[in-house]
Formats: sequence, structure tokens, C-alpha cells
Amino acid sequence: MSALETVVPGAAPGTVPDTIASTGQDQFSGPDVHGHFGQYGGVFVGETLMAAVEELDQVYRKLSKEPSFWQAFDHDMKHYVGRPSPLYYAERLSKKFGGAKIVLKREDLNHTGAHKINNTIGQALLAKYMGKPRIIAETGAGQHGVASATVAARLGLECHVYMGAEDVQRQSANVYRMKLMGANVIPVTSGSRTLKDALNEALRDWATNVDNTYYIIGTVAGPHPYPMLVRDFQAIIGREARAQSLQEYGRLPDALVACVGGGSNAIGLFHPFLRDSDVAIYGVEAGGDGVETGRHAAPLSAGKPGVLHGNRTYVMSDANGQIMETHSVSAGLDYPGVGPEHAWLKDIGRANYVSVTDTEALDAFRMLCRLEGIIPALESAHGLAYACKLAATMRPDQFIVVNLSGRGDKDIHTVAKIDGITV
Amino acid sequence: MSRLTACIDAVKAANRKVLIPYLVAGDPDADTTVALMHQLVSDGADVIELGMPFSDPSSDGAIIQLGAERALRQGTGLQTVFGIVSSFRTSNQTTPIVLMGYLNPLEAIGYDSFVTQAADAGADGILIVDLPVSEAQSLLALTRPRNLDMIFLVAPTTTESRLNAICENSSGYIYYVSLKGVTGAAIIDTGEIGARVSALRQRTDLPIVVGFGIKDTASANAMAAISDGVIVGSALVQKIGELTESGKRDATAIGDSTALIKQIRLSLDA
Repeated sequence: MSALETVVPGAAPGTVPDTIASTGQDQFSGPDVHGHFGQYGGVFVGETLMAAVEELDQVYRKLSKEPSFWQAFDHDMKHYVGRPSPLYYAERLSKKFGGAKIVLKREDLNHTGAHKINNTIGQALLAKYMGKPRIIAETGAGQHGVASATVAARLGLECHVYMGAEDVQRQSANVYRMKLMGANVIPVTSGSRTLKDALNEALRDWATNVDNTYYIIGTVAGPHPYPMLVRDFQAIIGREARAQSLQEYGRLPDALVACVGGGSNAIGLFHPFLRDSDVAIYGVEAGGDGVETGRHAAPLSAGKPGVLHGNRTYVMSDANGQIMETHSVSAGLDYPGVGPEHAWLKDIGRANYVSVTDTEALDAFRMLCRLEGIIPALESAHGLAYACKLAATMRPDQFIVVNLSGRGDKDIHTVAKIDGITV
Repeated sequence: MSRLTACIDAVKAANRKVLIPYLVAGDPDADTTVALMHQLVSDGADVIELGMPFSDPSSDGAIIQLGAERALRQGTGLQTVFGIVSSFRTSNQTTPIVLMGYLNPLEAIGYDSFVTQAADAGADGILIVDLPVSEAQSLLALTRPRNLDMIFLVAPTTTESRLNAICENSSGYIYYVSLKGVTGAAIIDTGEIGARVSALRQRTDLPIVVGFGIKDTASANAMAAISDGVIVGSALVQKIGELTESGKRDATAIGDSTALIKQIRLSLDA
């Protein structure tokens, strides 16, 4: 066993993570039994789905208290996903800004190239336990679709992935990956043809096939218990990062930075640090053309509380309560809602939510390629862009952990197109 | 007693079945919606479900989503919906109107404002498809004093424990969802629906009407035989959609688009 494994929680097989929900210990142990984080979260779905959502809640509450469940999860994390992911000091990037050290949590090195697999492995265990032969998923950038197709292939489950027709175009490589693994990719042509519409279609499918279908939601949104259980699976990111920081730097980071679309990679990093009040937390939303232009995907920065896709949270909606179309260069952040726990963390002031524009994210994307030899996902580049700005305001003896949530192979066509190049 | 309860009581007392058409407010436009509502009454509708269009109607099938999109392109908002209700009420004070939609528009203007304006406009009931009973208490606290009925759905998947909560909090009628799926899908098993409606009948004295998948006289007759009445949505919205395609708004075109409701009325009364 390596030195690292001995300090990373989960290395002791079958340890029930101490971040598991609803222990009632303090304000950060939520949600409550009805899935509320303060006024956010809850269950807002059609009656047809209520029984399925309640059953999932009961199953998860039971399984998540069993060491054998986490043993199976930890085993897959290590042997299939390749965890723990490294904490890498981006030295040349840090020196460019002359401030705090920028340290990357390398979720891009996971199997399938992003943090999304942490969640699909966990939910696949639930689907298997519940005896559901068919899984469905929604996807934006395609990373969650790929991660769902991956676990479906591995378990021999039928898999259908709903993807906005526009995203099918801009993420064609991921579409092909899903097909290679046997998934059926269904382009969604209703509404704005992006992630939110894919979610609507997946909810419709689930209502229709609720008896034999498990819906793997890809982010910390949707009705309770999804925001809780997706967070619990993604919290392995923060548990590792916390232990790695203590081991490699002898202390906790001064700040955490992660991009926020639905917010699963961010909550995964943040959650195990919520009680560490000296650690500053920054969630970075997609500013698109700039929040002031209205063409963005930043509900926490510029939206207001509402109800979308099963939970109460910050949403981008107009004066009539219609959901607005969003804009971001990054398909994975192009979503008008956000996980309810983020909404609550914003309101209580524990986390700060900021935004960076498409241009800033693209600059950070290119910088990481050139200075560190790492091609980041455009989603992750948003977090990186803000971390660079933040680092410049901090001292060299401080350090920031940035969640490099995915790799950018899927984005090279998008970036090349912006550069006027056909790959 | 609410206008809705009085109306359904009278229909049942006359040994008839309740017929409730659903249409989307603002589809094809606000004025035509009012004309369609009057036409539906003359075709034999007892109650009208008026859909409040929403951008992300995840419990609805493609037909109603397209209806909502047509309405939203006309700029239909809640103020338009309230305007349609008040306009209808200037010449009809008897036919109950149930406003049906999704929660986010109510969140945007505030529950208090929504309830006040809906009641003032002359609406009688509210059905919010993504608002389960467990999350509905703050809205119920506002609708009860205004004598607005809150209608909830019961689905084939609804558990025993949920049935009790739904029956306790509902008024007006119970909307029984005939199938697992979204609006506009096809009914498969009439016998099973009958058994479930009978079981529901043991728990509540409220009228039980069946919706989802009723698209012709045959399905309407079958569902009415096992319940107090039927709701017809997608099949009507599909016909109303033709008004946008043709651009016609005259009395003949409006009468043609609601002809199915007239046929179902005749068939139910036969």
C-alpha cells in the first residue's frame, strides 16, 4: 500500500464516509428528511414519479449505512476508476501569477476522463440492488452520458441517454463513445435542445417506464434524494483532497475553486471542507458573454429562487417564471438551474459564487495546455480562470485547490472552431 | 360550497358524467382561447382546465408541450391567463375553471399574488403538476380562505400512505392518472384502472375523474364507466394546434377544433 492510500479515506475498505447525509449533527449534515437544504431542495415531481423517488430514498438511506456498500464503491473507485486522483502542483502556472500555489485535483485522470464516473458507479450499485434492468441518463457535454454508458456496459444494463440535439452536434466524439459502449443516444429536439430539455425528456421516459428503469441523474440537482446521494458519491473528491493536502502541505488549503453547472464536481470537492471555516470556497459559474449581457448560465450570480426539475433552487427565469435559455461555450455548464445545496451555501455565505466569461475560460484553457501540458475540459477551465485571478491576490505561502473536473479532449473541436481551424 | 363542487354535484345528481376539456391558455392566442372556452361550454363541457403554459412541462407529452410553446411565442404569461379567465367570466359565471400548470411561474410572482389574482379573475381551482401534497402546505394555506379548490393527481404508482395525504388535502375532485407516462400516451389496461379507481372510491367522497390518454369516444366511454368523468387534453390541444397552422379564427374553425368534445358529450350522455 502506498503512503497516500493510508491517509485517503476509503483506503480502509468499507468505511462509511463521515459526510453521509442527515446525521443531524450540525447545519452541514443536511438535507433534512424531506430533502431540504434550508428553503431549497425538496421533491417537486409529478405524482407518477413520487413512489419511485421515495423508494430510492429508502433504499439509499439503508444502503448508505452499510459498510459493504461503501466497500464495493471504494473497490470500484480504486480498481476501475483509478483513484485516488493526484493532487498536482501546477508550478509554472502558479509562478505566472506570482501569488498562491495553484494545485489541481486531477479528476481528468479518472477512467472516462471526468469526475462523472464517481457518481455513475455509485448509482449503478443502487440500480443493481433495486433490480432495474434499464437505465436512463441525461447529458450535456456528454461526460455523464459516457460515464452512464460505461457502467451500463459493465453491468450489462440497457442504457438510453437523452442529449440535446445541439449538444449532439457540439460533442460528437462523446456521442460516438456512448454508442461504442452500447448505449442508445436520443437527440432531444424540444425546447432549447440543450441539457434542460434532455432532463425533461429523461423525466418523461422515467414516468413511462418507472417499473423497470433507474434514472441516473448526473448532477446534484433533481428531486431528493438525488442532490444528497450524488453529493455523497462525489464527496470522495473532497475527502481525498483534504487528506492529500494534509499529507503533502501539512495543512488544509486556503481556498477551494470549482466550476458550477449543476454543481456535482464542486459539491464533491467542497462538502468535506464545509466545517473547515478557514478554507474559503469559490464556485465558478459560466458567465458566457458576461453576466451583464444576459447571455450566460449563471443562476447563482444572476438568477432567483424558483423550482425546476424537481427541486427548489436558484434558476434563470423571466418575470413570468419561464425558464430562460442559457449560453456558455461549455455544454456541461449550459444549464439554467443549480444544485439546491449550492443555493443554500450561497444564502448562508459559506461559499462564494462568481462567474467567468467564455473568453476568460478559453484563455485559461490555452494557458494550462501551454504551461502544464494538460488539456482541461472547458467546464474545468472556468474554475481555473477564476483560480488564476484569485491566486494573484494571495501570498506565495498559500495554496488553492482547483478541481480539474475533466479533460478537454472532447472540447478540441469547439476550441478549434473558435480558432477558425477544422480538425 | 365552491362553484366547482356545486357544478360536479349537479352533474352527478343528474346522473351524468363530468366532461372536462383541457386547453392551453394563449394557444393560438388569448382572444381565441376565450372563444374556444365558450365553444367548449356549448359543446357540453362541465368544467374547463385552463393550462398555464410553461417552458419545461416535464409531465406532459409532445402535443401539450407544442401547445405551450405556441402560447409562449404569443407572449402568454400569468397576467394573460388571468385576463382570459376574467374575460370568460364577463359572460359565463357558472362554468368552473381550473388553472393547471407548473410551479415556477407561481414562484416567480409569489403564491400570495397568484392566489389573489386567480381568485379575483374568477378561477375556481388550481392544479400544479409538480407540486406534491408534501410541498403544498404553504399554497393550501392561501387557497383555502379564498375558496379555491386544490386538485391533486393520483397515479397508478401512488402508494397507500400517499393516497391518504392526497385525499385529505384535495377538494373539488381527484384527478386519476390513467397510465404510467405523460399526457397524450395510450391507455393500455382499462380493467386495472377500474380496480384502482374503485379502491380510491373507498377512501374518498370526492368526485374521481380520469385523465391522460383519453382521445376519442371509445376511451372516454370506457373511463367514464368506471369513474365520475373524464378529462380530455392532448387530443383537443392537437386540434387547436391546427388553428395556428391554418391561421383561421372564425366560428367555423373554432367549432371544428372542439368537435371532439361535442362528440364525447353526446356519447357520454347516450
